[in-house]
Order: sequence, then structure tokens, then C-alpha cells
Amino acid sequence: MTTLTSVPRRSPVTTPPVRFRDLLASEWLKTRSLRSTPWTIALTALFAFGSTAVASLADQAAGSGPADFRPFDAYPPAGYWTLMLVASSMGALTVVSEYSSGLIRTTTVAVPARGSVVLAKAAVTAALWTAIGTAVSMGSFLVSQAILNGRHAGVPITHPGVFRPLVATALLAPVCALVGLGLGVLFRHAAATMVISVFTLLMLPPMFSDGSRWSADIKHSMVSAAWTRLIQNWEPDPGSLGYSATVPGSWIVYVLWPLITVALAVLVVRRRDV
Amino acid sequence: MPGRVPLGRVGAVIEVSELTKRYGGKTAVDHLSFTVRPGQVTGFLGPNGAGKTTTLRMILGLDAPTTGAATVSGVPFRHHPRGLRHVGALLDAGQVHGGRSAAAHLAALARSNGIPRRRVDEVLQEVGLAEAATRRIGGFSLGMKQRLGIATALLGDPPVLMFDEPINGMDPEGVLWVRRLFRRLAAEGRTVFLSSHLMSEMENTADQLVVIGRGRLIAAESVRDFAARGTRGCVVVATPRAAELAAVLTAAGGSVEPEGPAGTERLVVTGLPADRIGALAFENRIQLHELTTRTASLEAAFMELTADSAEYLAGQPR
Repeated sequence: MTTLTSVPRRSPVTTPPVRFRDLLASEWLKTRSLRSTPWTIALTALFAFGSTAVASLADQAAGSGPADFRPFDAYPPAGYWTLMLVASSMGALTVVSEYSSGLIRTTTVAVPARGSVVLAKAAVTAALWTAIGTAVSMGSFLVSQAILNGRHAGVPITHPGVFRPLVATALLAPVCALVGLGLGVLFRHAAATMVISVFTLLMLPPMFSDGSRWSADIKHSMVSAAWTRLIQNWEPDPGSLGYSATVPGSWIVYVLWPLITVALAVLVVRRRDV
Repeated sequence: MPGRVPLGRVGAVIEVSELTKRYGGKTAVDHLSFTVRPGQVTGFLGPNGAGKTTTLRMILGLDAPTTGAATVSGVPFRHHPRGLRHVGALLDAGQVHGGRSAAAHLAALARSNGIPRRRVDEVLQEVGLAEAATRRIGGFSLGMKQRLGIATALLGDPPVLMFDEPINGMDPEGVLWVRRLFRRLAAEGRTVFLSSHLMSEMENTADQLVVIGRGRLIAAESVRDFAARGTRGCVVVATPRAAELAAVLTAAGGSVEPEGPAGTERLVVTGLPADRIGALAFENRIQLHELTTRTASLEAAFMELTADSAEYLAGQPR
């Protein structure tokens, strides 16, 4: 084991320029080198496809009227709440696992620019989960339409009203993953981060109703409510007593949640002891 | 290539000045000042809880000092956007993700600093982990994790190296290896700063010592000077004619102190070597039962100097 005779510095380590893309490559290596990453992604995708298949098969109303896109067959809440849960947990784990093992100290000694590390993690997480979200969203659409085609109720991807639900569902994954990552930096502990991200992403919205203005405003500022609105391909009933979220407002919710949590994370990580 | 030589070899000094860290009402590090110079192995000693790790963390910019400052090569370490080429550090061998292989762990760190991938294989070879490169770190023994931590520190070929308790968990062969490695790194002109709570570990490795207790500086000097501070060499003599021998030895220039219960006491003699005492006793026909030399040791010096400052003493809350 001991090799004292070896010359330690065969390749002189010179000082290359400081590049952000080196940090991206480093974070991608970290993500890729964990065996749990592909397994978790595969299982989540399978669960989403399964719930889509169940919802589409159970939809007795399909095929009775004129064929139109039925978003709740393609994107049933059971499958997609699971996707939100997994994406936010995995996003959180990219940082929480470093805090719990102490690896964050090794990382910070290697890269003292802590804000850059958080941004690199956020960028890699966003890219990875956008890819996964797109694949799962597309896959679910195809699964549901294949089943509904059997009842002549399927629609092609070019059908009006398909595109927005497809994109909103694809982006749900990176939005949740980034929120999880930001919360992970803020809270550092696995259990605390999971409880808080599940609470804010999934449990909080149903506690508010559309009945009163203030309650509806809070509800509509939540990610899951924004997603529900964005995949809804019909206009709200003008005679409805409840307040309805707007489409542009829902897109803004999609942008603000990850933006605010990641920005807070960058600010906090610079000031706090590691 | 700018930077390397002037930065690395001339001014690779760790400078700690008036460094203080308070956690609430507890002061972990208290106005600590010292300098660690290149070309030598400097030991950082203190009992458990003396503030060694907190000091190392402040030098590495992980913790912000309450007051005071720490610089490496004249710059606060946090000001470097990338760190591995400036300082290599092993703080805790457990600070790794158990699910990754040793090679993946090092490759990710190397990549973040723009260090070529072949350097990973070199340092793994260097620390003797080439065979285990693709195994998950979770299955490593503590000694192997220490080697991996040392590999991490060497990755950027830095002029300054810091190790917190690097010998913990190593087998005797590993201890010998690591001592020679530290000596060699210092001989290459690097600054090598090692913390330990074991004096004996430093006896064979360090040239200089920084000793702290309860966050305060106790000594910063060479190992030899430090040893000389502690219990001076003395000779213990047992004889039935203690009073007579004491008079003879005092006349010969020694200083004599009785030790132990009256009647069976021994004499503790300083200022005279054992052979001279033996000769004097023989000339005066005084029978000796025991003649033992007690040498000064670093351990004794360390215990003596840090006795008042030990954070946790067995059996007695301070």
C-alpha cells in the first residue's frame, strides 16, 4: 500500500481560470455518481405512468361527447403529487446530504465561493428535473391517449389545449426540485426540510378555499394550485361563486417560488458558518 | 504561469492574529495569535475541547471569527473563489458521501477546481488507495477514510496543508507512512499544520509546536524548547541512609528533594547525573537500593502545561 518512492507531482497542477462551468460539471458528477439517482427517477416515472393509466381506464365519461383533451386523465393528482414529492425531496437531498455527512465542509474548502456552489447545484438540479419532467409529462400524455384511443376519445399532441398542460406538467418537476433545494440550504436537516417542503407544496393549498378573496389569493400563490390551473384547458365558469386563479398569475407563481427560495439560500449560505 | 512560485513557496504562511470565537456565552477561541511557517511540520496541540478544530475552521473560512483574523499566504482563505490549489485540508475523514466511490468523490472535487482527472489517479496511488478507487466510501475503514482525506488535501498540490487529527484510526504501518509523508511535504517547502491531542504523536513528526488550552495560546516554539519547559531530568535514589547521602549530593552541587512517605522516602536529585550519584555513594560507602533516571518527555511537559486548561477532567466538573 505504501508507495513512498512514487514522485507525487508528475503532472504539475497549474492554475487555470476560475470557471462556473467547472462547478456545473462537478455537481453533475456528484449527481451521476449516486446509484440512487437513476432508480428514484425510474420508479417515479413508472408510478406517474401507472396512475395515468388507472385514471384513463377509469374515466367512464371519455368518448361520450366530442373528443377533447382530458387533462385529469393524463395528469391525475395522485401521480403528480408523487412527482412533486420526489422532485422536492431529491432537490433538497442534493444539499441536505452534504450537510448531514459534513461533505459540505470538504466542498466549501474546495470552493470557498459558497453562493456559486448553490447556484451550480440549482442549475444542475433544474436541468436534470426539466429533462425528467418533460419525459414524464410526455410519457403520461402518450399513455393516456393510447388508452383513450381504444374508446375513440384520444387526441393528438397537436390538439388545441394540449400544449400548456404538457409544459406546465413538465416544469412542475424543476420548480419543486428547486424549492426543495432552497429549503434544504435554509434548514439543513433532512427531516425538517422534508416536512416543510411537503407542507408548503402539498398540504397548505387545500387548507385555503376559493370562496373568499384573501383565502383564494393565498391558495393561488401556491405551486400545486398554479399547476392545477395551468393544466385546466377550459375557462372558469363566469357564474361560479369561487375566485379563480389566472393563467399569467400561475406562471408567475412557477417563477417566483424557486427564484425566492434559491435567492434566500444564496444569501444565507454566504453569511452562515458552515 | 503567474502565481505559483511567489504564492506557493515564499509566503505560504498561516497567520492567526487575535482570533476569537464565541458561541453565545462560551468562548471557544480566545485572542489567539500565532504564525505557521513553510518548510516545517508544525504541530497544533491541546486537550480535547481546547479550540483546535474551531481555529482550523476559521483559518479555512468555514466559520467567521467573532473578532480577529486569519490569513493564508497573506489572504483570508475565503477570498479565493477556488481553494484546492491554495490550501489542502483534512478536517474530518467522515466528511464524505458514503454512496460514492473514492474516485468519483475526488473527481467531483478536482473538476470543481479545474484540476485534470489524471491527478485523481495520482493522489489515489500516492495514498495507497489505487486498488479501492472504485469501491463505495461507505465500506471504507476509518484508516482508509483518513487516507482518502489526505488524498483530497493533496489534490490541488497546494503550498499549505492542514490536517485535523490525521492519525486517528490508522494502523501502525499507516502511522509510519503518514509521518514520512508529512516530513516529505515539509521538506518540499510546504507549510504543514497538524492538530492532535496526543503529544507523543508530535514527538516524532513536528519541528514546531503551537499549544493551546481553553482557546488560549500556551506555547508557540520548537519541539525541543517545549520539552525543556516541562519536568527537568532528574534521578531518583532509594537508600537506607538518606540524610547522609543528601548531604553528600548537596555538597557535590545537586539539589535534593525527598519524595514518598517518611521512613521509606526516596530522594529526587536534580543537577547530577546517575553515574555521578552512583560514584559519590560508592566513595562514601552508602548503600543504594535504587538509582533511576527520569527523563523529561514532551508528554510530561504537555501534561504539566495544559493541566490547568483541560476542558474535561475525569471525575471532577470544573
